[in-house]
Order: sequence, then structure tokens, then C-alpha cells
Amino acid sequence: MTYSLRMSVLVFTLLVFIGSFVAGLLGALTGLGGGVVLVPLLTLVFHVDLRYAIGASLISVIATSSGAAAAYVREGFSNVRIGMFLEVATTFGAVFGAFLATRTPTRWLAIVFGVVLLYSAYLSWRQKGDAPPGGPVNPWSDRLRMSGSFPVNGKEQSYTVHHISGGFATMFGAGTLSGLLGIGSGAVKVLAMDKVMRIPFKVSTTTSNFMIGVTAAASAGIYLHRGYIDPGLAFPVMLGVLAGSLLGAKLLAKARVSMLRTVFTWVILALGVEMIVNGWLGKV
Amino acid sequence: MAGEGMSREAANASRSSTFDDQRMESIMGRLLQVGVLLSSACVLVGGVLYLRAHAGGVANYRVFASEPANLRTLKGLMVSLCAGRPSAIIQLGVLLLIATPIARVVFAAFSFAMERDRLYVAISLTVLAVLIFGLVHSS
Repeated sequence: MTYSLRMSVLVFTLLVFIGSFVAGLLGALTGLGGGVVLVPLLTLVFHVDLRYAIGASLISVIATSSGAAAAYVREGFSNVRIGMFLEVATTFGAVFGAFLATRTPTRWLAIVFGVVLLYSAYLSWRQKGDAPPGGPVNPWSDRLRMSGSFPVNGKEQSYTVHHISGGFATMFGAGTLSGLLGIGSGAVKVLAMDKVMRIPFKVSTTTSNFMIGVTAAASAGIYLHRGYIDPGLAFPVMLGVLAGSLLGAKLLAKARVSMLRTVFTWVILALGVEMIVNGWLGKV
Repeated sequence: MAGEGMSREAANASRSSTFDDQRMESIMGRLLQVGVLLSSACVLVGGVLYLRAHAGGVANYRVFASEPANLRTLKGLMVSLCAGRPSAIIQLGVLLLIATPIARVVFAAFSFAMERDRLYVAISLTVLAVLIFGLVHSS
């Protein structure tokens, strides 16, 4: 597989734009975000160096998070306080991850990326739902004013937050992965809020989406200084993913998400295996 | 709004302020929207000019060669912007995009200050400090 792909800048830009558009569309429809397919797409299909792919992906992640958060925040699902508190953990993690990334050989990055893809596939395979609100109420939930409410069938339903330290630690891990691999790591963020902190699923997903932009911005500066962000690549990737995710958010109500999710899970599984194999053989 | 949460309502009532979390959230949403729109417009303009200048060249991202200094530092970027380089216009859009979530955190710090919520002002400023560290820290 050592053929070299020679194409003009115009053709390359168009193909990358279309690929990014599809990645953004599927990412929004399945709730997994565009970053998880974008990086393997750029490296495995377009033979882009992993560092350029990570830089471009991180930029698209900020764009989609900010674009979608605008709507979610105004609908009243996402919790600004929970988001801000947990962003302390994700931003520290992201800066740490970005420093790790510049010191880690790309083949190892590829293997870690593959493992994250396999884990994302596993998470999306399992049935999602609200965990039963059990366990002791954390006194910090009220002290940190994290308890809130969200609209359910026109009525406000209140909730409290559990296992704050566990959620905080998991969020540091999510931030590190985001900074290391240039992804939003939404799956891990939702895991931390939904499963660990027992926050209602709808609040978890929207708050996660809201947090992704700030997490990614923490490591984007480091990547920019290191020269990982190429304007010729960032331009079609950012606009493509943004356009795709905006359309995806519009289609979400009509689409048959369960079928799409199954297909997407298999795609991620296959990409994960390929990333690991390529990393192992030193082809990335 | 009839739909205010119990604790939120109680907390806001004790602070005689007209500024509450809901106001903050709606302004924040608008702020993020404007940021994304501005940066996308900038990237689009730069991208079209970039394609006009480089469309016929061969795309090569196979080998990593760090971007030149004029695209990595603010000073270098300003110089090439003044020279009208398309790649610099795209990179300015990228910087605007990175600045959008940062502006959101700055706005949150101000909002929490108006709500007299010192704990969350401190939390927001901590996040802001990490963001600024990431942005200015080079090499």
C-alpha cells in the first residue's frame, strides 16, 4: 500500500470537503461527533500525516460544538454551571494531552486512536438510557449549585448530581484524549456525566457538546504554535464538517437514527482496527 | 418563566439582580453563533482566494513539515495578512474560531460576577487561565 496519491489542490480540496461534510452529517445524526471518523478518513484514505489530520480535526470540532451549542443552550437543556465546573478538568487534560501529542511517535498515536475508536463503537452499541437516580445525594451538588432542571413534555424536571470527584477525574481523561487525538471525545464526556454523575441523558449530551469547544480551544493554541494546523487543509475540513453537522441537526427529527447508528458503529469498528494495524506496522 | 428550577429560583431570589442564568444562556448562544459565523466567513474568503492561487498545484500532506513561522505566530500572521496572503486570511479565521469559546468563558465570568456568585467567577477564571496558557505558550 505504498502508492502515492497525486492530485491537484482543487480536486483534493473538493474531495476533502465532501468527506468532511459526510463525517459531520453522520457525526451529528449519531451523536458521536465528526472527529472520530475525520482523522481516520484523512490519514487512511487521503494519506494525510496524522499530525495535520489531528490539527484540522480539532478546528472542525470547535466549529461544530460552538455552532450546535448555540441552539442547545437556548433550549434550556445544557447546564452552564456543570459545564464550567467540569471544564476545569477538561482544559487541564487538553493542555496535558497536547503536550503528550507533540512528544509521542505518530504510530503510537494511531494505536491509541484505534483503541478509542473501538471503545466508542462499544459505547454506542450499548443501549443508552437514564441511570436510576440512586445513591446518596452529594452535598456538593447544592453547594456548587449544579442541581438544575430541564424541560420534559413542557414541565420542568429537577435533578441532582452524584459522584462529583469521579466525574471530574473522568473528565480529565476526556480532555487528555481530546488534546492528544484532536477529537471532541464526546463519548467519554457523556459517560462521565451520564453514568458516573447520574445526570439525565439529555442534559449530559447537550452539556457535553457545549463543553467540547472550550476543551478543544485549550489545545488548539499549542497545535497552532507547533505548526500542525495547515490552512489549505483546515479550510475544507472546517467548512465541510460545519455544514454537514448543521444539516444533520436539522434532519435529526426525521432520520431513522437506530439504523444509522448501527451502520456507523460498524464503520468506526473497522476504522479502529485499521488504525491499530497501520500503527502497529508503522504505516501511519 | 414558569419553568424555573427550585434551587435556581431560590438562589436568584436571594440575589436582588435581574440577571440570571437564563439570560446568560441566551446571550451565550448568540455569542457562539456570531463567532462561528464570523470565522466561517473569514475562512471561506481566504479559502476561495487560496484556491485561486494554488488550484493547479499538487496536494501533498503525506510528509509532515511544520507550518512556516508566519502562520504559527501572531506577529508573523499580521505581516502576511498585510501582504494579502490567502493562507493568512484562513489562519485568521482559525484564530477567530479558537477565540469564540474563550470569549464565551470571559462572558461567563462577567455574568457570574453580576450574579455575585464568587465561586463560579473563580471557576471561570481558572478555565480562562488554562485557555490563555494554551494559547500563548509556545515551543
